[in-house]
Amino acid sequence: MKKLFAAASVLALSATGAMAQELNIYNWGNYTNPKLIEKFEAETGIKVTITDYDSNDTALAKVKAGGHGFDIVVPSATYVPIWVSEGLLEETRPDEMENFSNVDPVWIDVPWDEGRHYTVPWQWGTTGVAVNTKYYDGDIDTSAIFMDPPEELKGKINVVPEMGDVMGLAIMYYGGEPCTNDKEILKQVRDGLVEAKKSWLGMDYGNIEKFAKEDVWAGVNWNGSTFRMRLANEDIAYGYPKEGYVVWMDSVAVLKDAQNMEEAKTFQNFIMEPENAALISEFARYANGITGSEEFMPEDMKTAREINIPAELKDKGTFLPTCDPDTQALYTRIWTDLQK
Amino acid sequence: MSDMALNTPPEPGALELEEAQQDNRSRWLLALPAMVIIGCFATLPLLVMLVYAFLTPGDYGNVVWKFSTDGWVSVLLQRDIFDDTLMWADAHLSIFWRSLRLSLITTILTLIFGVPTAWFIATRPREKRQFWLFLVTVPFWTNLLVRTIAIQELIRSEGVINLILLKIGIIDEPIQMMFTDFAIGFGMTYVYLPLMVLPVYAAVDKLDFRLVEAAHDLYAGRWTAFRRVILPLIKPGIIAGSILVFIPCLGAYVTPRVLGGGKNLMFGNLIELQFGAGRNWPLGAALSLTLMAIVMVALIYYVRVTSREREDV
Amino acid sequence: MSETTLSGSKIETETVVPAASGKKAPKGYSVSTLPGFSVVAIFTFFALYAPIMILVLYSFNAGTSLAIWEGFSLRWYVQAAGNERVIDAAIRSLILAGASATIASICATMAALATTRTRRFKGRTMIYALINQPLMVPEIVTAVALLIVFAWIKVMTGYTSLLYLIAAHTAFCIPFAYLPIRARLETMDDTLEVAARDLYASPMQVFRRVTLPLMWPGIIAGFMLAFVISLDDVVITEFVKSAGQETIPTYMLGQLRRVVTPEVNAISTIILVSGAILVSLFFWVSRERR
Repeated sequence: MKKLFAAASVLALSATGAMAQELNIYNWGNYTNPKLIEKFEAETGIKVTITDYDSNDTALAKVKAGGHGFDIVVPSATYVPIWVSEGLLEETRPDEMENFSNVDPVWIDVPWDEGRHYTVPWQWGTTGVAVNTKYYDGDIDTSAIFMDPPEELKGKINVVPEMGDVMGLAIMYYGGEPCTNDKEILKQVRDGLVEAKKSWLGMDYGNIEKFAKEDVWAGVNWNGSTFRMRLANEDIAYGYPKEGYVVWMDSVAVLKDAQNMEEAKTFQNFIMEPENAALISEFARYANGITGSEEFMPEDMKTAREINIPAELKDKGTFLPTCDPDTQALYTRIWTDLQK
Repeated sequence: MSDMALNTPPEPGALELEEAQQDNRSRWLLALPAMVIIGCFATLPLLVMLVYAFLTPGDYGNVVWKFSTDGWVSVLLQRDIFDDTLMWADAHLSIFWRSLRLSLITTILTLIFGVPTAWFIATRPREKRQFWLFLVTVPFWTNLLVRTIAIQELIRSEGVINLILLKIGIIDEPIQMMFTDFAIGFGMTYVYLPLMVLPVYAAVDKLDFRLVEAAHDLYAGRWTAFRRVILPLIKPGIIAGSILVFIPCLGAYVTPRVLGGGKNLMFGNLIELQFGAGRNWPLGAALSLTLMAIVMVALIYYVRVTSREREDV
Repeated sequence: MSETTLSGSKIETETVVPAASGKKAPKGYSVSTLPGFSVVAIFTFFALYAPIMILVLYSFNAGTSLAIWEGFSLRWYVQAAGNERVIDAAIRSLILAGASATIASICATMAALATTRTRRFKGRTMIYALINQPLMVPEIVTAVALLIVFAWIKVMTGYTSLLYLIAAHTAFCIPFAYLPIRARLETMDDTLEVAARDLYASPMQVFRRVTLPLMWPGIIAGFMLAFVISLDDVVITEFVKSAGQETIPTYMLGQLRRVVTPEVNAISTIILVSGAILVSLFFWVSRERR
């Protein structure tokens, strides 16, 4: 009961704003390890408030509108150039920060933020396919799993309703580049998806249970989520389509109109510490891009195929670039046609 | 004007006229708070959208302040992606039709289950009614998503319903219910049930059962009495309930998506897509204003017809 | 005094039943029972609670899943109790729903009084359309538009409190409260009120002693609906909320993509049980008073 009153009074006071140091993080839901925040608060004395969003577009629209009160945001790679070009991010120069030497060189000169002038790696992962090997023992490192499903899997396939990821996979399946506006390929993509959809069961999130309980046998999925599935049902395996799979990274950036600029920079620096980065990964089960964080990670993550890409498939992964508005409009049309 | 004549004395004196004016003024005053709140926080935003519907989409969401009617045109007409011919936007039409059908089915199902439930509650002893009423709303204190997941748990292949049916031998094989239209129908009826039960209850609760008795005395059977006496009296409640279920259903998408597997878009998804990854706010605005206009016309027609009936008898 | 003693002459003439059917009505049953209705009602109650039972069951799951039972445990209650964000969100949801539903029911009651039991006056249809307008707009549209309007105010004033959310919720709750109240008032005739007025009761007395008690079931129904609607709202809240203003639905929305744990089941169960206790207390107290 005491707690209830305490919380209620905090609620009443929150409007006025306290004097103490604060930091407002705006991040994907269920993505921030409470232990990480506790550690940060204990080390710096900064009080952190986390607020969730559920899509890049919602976050972008809200921050763009203004008056939001956030300091830090964690956009996906595809969206970082938009955030930068819209002038929403502060150039905090993480590359000059103390802990920057810990960032894996692979993740420094990335296409969306050359040399890391704005953003710090948070987590990265891949979008590939998950298959229950009890029902299908063929090759799983292919997008044919959902684009041209084997007979055994028909009617038991789920595809995550993520326009960017699914369009990217399908385009690469037909040999195109992500963000292509080549009508030949796009026609193949649309017809292929429409045809493939007939053998899908659903297009849904929240699949860990459905895979684990074998309501769903295969589908497009994220690597970290598939990892959790395998822990619940050992028959489930993760495939990296050799036609091309999607690599994504969410990065921590500071907003231009942040009210707690120094605290926000402190946080950027803080998460480049290997021990802290390991805390991020421990929670959401994705890799983080900080060298030396592996040794602090849970044992089962070090060897997992979902987290460690097999050497022969490493070069098949692609970042989705930011498509130009006209191409994006085309993709929306195809996506709508697919689900009409 | 004919309806006025029904209620007012044939020759209104100056005094009555003044009284009527005063009455009107106090009625407006009473309605004012609701109108101000809705005006500021629902109608004003709508006007913003009306403006947006005539602008050009921004490159990455939002709008550019340049007049354009493209949003409106593409509600109904679109160029083919591949051969550029102008054609009906059949995707939009078929999605709208799907939502409309779902709303109708849901409204009918909530009527079938909601009216008897409301009747049941309203015929309990007076002091117990609020308890039963409360029992109807309690399940909705839980989160929509958790509730939907729980429904899914009931209907999955190894779920409770299938287990029971297997046990008592009605079926030999589990029925595929998950991600089917049955699942959507069940879920939608579940979610929208209180919106039907509560208004109908409010109407049944004040029903004068002596009228029903009178009907029986005049040799009306149960169903005749129900149709000719009860139904007209609880009609306002049924109308209110149907509006509350039907209209929000048109824009709903969480439940159909989770339970139906999300393979097909609902009109709500279509609009959301334009404001999200589709980055075409003007089209989103135009789509929703079109939806609103259709609903508005239907509603005003509905209210006109029903209130005329009331005045006729 | 009960409403069943009310029978307006108007209603009676409205509902003359033709005696021509010639069927002899079977006597010896209560006119308030209709065949099949109770069966359907009981079934409905059962169906309403079946998923809730699953939900409560899994709040005691030892595993992290909402679908795979791994034994009994209180771990999610312990975890929820230790999770400040979830408790904070739950309390905020309740405050928000309570405040919005209260304001909405008061406004709706006044509006219902204004628009029923009257001859058609100029603008009645307009008031009716305006009040129902929030129903007709898909949530996402109101959400985006409010985001723009509120962001502008927030930037101008620097003021970011829960009031924005309360205002937004109240607006879309009003029609949900209004329709049941209106349905109740619609055919409630004014015999008693006229009688009271004839006995020199002041307008205020008439309202408090006669009109309000007659309307009460409608108001309760309206309030409950508004409360539930506000408690479940996610899209508008997601767009209007400022930093730190998480509610249970927006918290859940964020979880959807990753993994949903029984923690929210535990929170839901706590809200359910505490709500049930509160309301039983309320009934008990009001019965004592009577």
